[in-house]
Amino acid sequence: MSRISSCFQQLEASGRKALIPYLTAGDPDIATTLSLMHALVANGADIIELGFPFTDPTSDGPVIQRAVERALANNTSLKDVLDTVSRFRKENADTPVVLMGYLNPVECMGYQAFVDAAEEAGVDGILIVDMPPEESHDLKQIVDKSHIDMIFLIAPTTSDERAAQICAQSSGYVYYVSLKGVTGAGHLDIESVKSNLARFRSQTELPVGVGFGIKNAESAALIADIADAVVVGSALINKIEELQAGTPYSIEDLQQHISLINDMRKAMDC
Amino acid sequence: MSAPKPLEGKYSGPDEHGHFGQFGGIFVGETLMPALEQLNRKYAELKADPEFWAEFDYDLAHYVGRPSPLYFAERMSDALGGARIYLKREDLNHTGAHKVNNTIGQALLAKAMGKTRIIAETGAGQHGVASATVAARLGLECHVYMGVDDIKRQAPNVYRMKMLGANVVGVDSGSCTLKDAMNEALRDWATNVDNTYYIIGTVAGPHPYPMLVRDFQSVIGREAREQCLEMTGRLPDTLVACVGGGSNAIGLFHPFIPDESVAIVGVEAGGHGLETGEHAAPLCTGQPGVLHGNRTYLMNDENGQILDTHSISAGLDYPGVGPEHAWLKDLRRATYTAVTDDETLEAFRYLTRMEGIIPALETSHAIAWVMKEAPKLPSDHIIIVNLSGRGDKDMNTVADIEGLEV
Repeated sequence: MSRISSCFQQLEASGRKALIPYLTAGDPDIATTLSLMHALVANGADIIELGFPFTDPTSDGPVIQRAVERALANNTSLKDVLDTVSRFRKENADTPVVLMGYLNPVECMGYQAFVDAAEEAGVDGILIVDMPPEESHDLKQIVDKSHIDMIFLIAPTTSDERAAQICAQSSGYVYYVSLKGVTGAGHLDIESVKSNLARFRSQTELPVGVGFGIKNAESAALIADIADAVVVGSALINKIEELQAGTPYSIEDLQQHISLINDMRKAMDC
Repeated sequence: MSAPKPLEGKYSGPDEHGHFGQFGGIFVGETLMPALEQLNRKYAELKADPEFWAEFDYDLAHYVGRPSPLYFAERMSDALGGARIYLKREDLNHTGAHKVNNTIGQALLAKAMGKTRIIAETGAGQHGVASATVAARLGLECHVYMGVDDIKRQAPNVYRMKMLGANVVGVDSGSCTLKDAMNEALRDWATNVDNTYYIIGTVAGPHPYPMLVRDFQSVIGREAREQCLEMTGRLPDTLVACVGGGSNAIGLFHPFIPDESVAIVGVEAGGHGLETGEHAAPLCTGQPGVLHGNRTYLMNDENGQILDTHSISAGLDYPGVGPEHAWLKDLRRATYTAVTDDETLEAFRYLTRMEGIIPALETSHAIAWVMKEAPKLPSDHIIIVNLSGRGDKDMNTVADIEGLEV
């Protein structure tokens, strides 16, 4: 069983929902990203989505765009991100890591080389934002021969028929984009998430995570009531934006910048 | 220039998934996938409807002023002393460039789909003006995304868009040019997808855009083919057009693709020279990758990050290119080359003084190629150049370079 599946199984057994923070790797620098990953786990993260930067993040709002710019300012490459996962794995054998990003850096590395390196590093899932199932055949063939899960997005605009096709291609979990818009948008509508999730739930046995626009402990708790996982990105990056590149931070130093995760954890477990 | 290789088999494309060989396709976030499916279905339906094309042709004739003339540039041909040069006068269209052919077509689609809000990206501002124009005519809300660097260098077009009632949104991320304007337009579309129609201005982006923009722009080549036969009794030997995203080029080229005797040349922006890396010539120097919804030749670094581009012309200042051009390059049906900013400026001045036609800086790239190549060709060689736009918008840029006050 994949690390992601066993993670969800354990959570279910203990009656809890998954908390999945997103970080842009290399923001503010790659060493701090590694420390942040450990700090996030210590504060209640179940899975980590690690973004690999791309110059043109068309599905992201201003907060993650800025994070990507900071990561690229110190030349963070996909290879650096994979190295970071390797180093994380040396100290943490259990917490699943999902790589999230845009296709071009992966194309540039080559699909086979990417999947081999990801598996070697201990990556558990990959989510390519701008690669719908229709275009994923070649990559998926390679991923399916590895232990890595391939995660796809479902959006409020997705029809039932299309959702069924997407779910059939997915493994690990399915990521439901909670709103029409970009990451960090301000118009999360819990009722509409609720009705759409009801629509998609019947299509799959896989856990469903919800992300985009979840800003605080209160909305995390509301989403946790209706989904299997809560993904938080921009709201977290807003807090770590103050960190400086080239400064060594201890886990304790980072604690105050990620207190949001601790708050979300508590609210979700209530 | 080497002679084009004949095509193996019949040319058609894209396939039903929007692929031109390995290029094209649909690479966007899931939120936009249903909108693209809907657009694809609607366009397939209208494409088969003669009334749709009758309305398109009517608008092109009575609103745009088509057909645009094919003009024999006799003085220039004589002065260069080689090939006979014909200019396809897209600069004479309403709004001053070929861009309006496409916005007329997409406006009909937007109307048929019941959309109330138009968005567009623009580099030189020609597509922005053409979008604001059709939006004004239909009474639709219009937002045009434009890099802040381009807003500075194409100020006259910014005023025109505002006059037409469009909201011009300055984009200050990344390189502050066309690429970043397109990023922002895609973000807007994902946010307002229910009521918004995105008029992409070039033959790039996710399927079906490269196909439908090509279909609308192909009026250029169909007219040019007929006009050339009528004026000279035969087909041209060479077609030339500048290539940024490549919509004016594909518009001229596409109807001639099966004519194996016709050589096809696309001219990219060589900027300060290909060897300097400061240019916008992905077909000359790039490799296949994925950006803005399609797989095509791109300028990126060894890690797949998109490189900053440079061109004197805002409209060509883009790191990618339409996927059909990428395919035509690989099929060796078209040849792609580049000219520098300096050669472009020289061509701009040359055409202005020689023929009394002030070309856009984008268009001047094609003229620069003609100035270099025409003298080497025999006097019975016919070249058609797509004179894609007029240069009024570039007065400030050229005056700055020449140290003049406008």
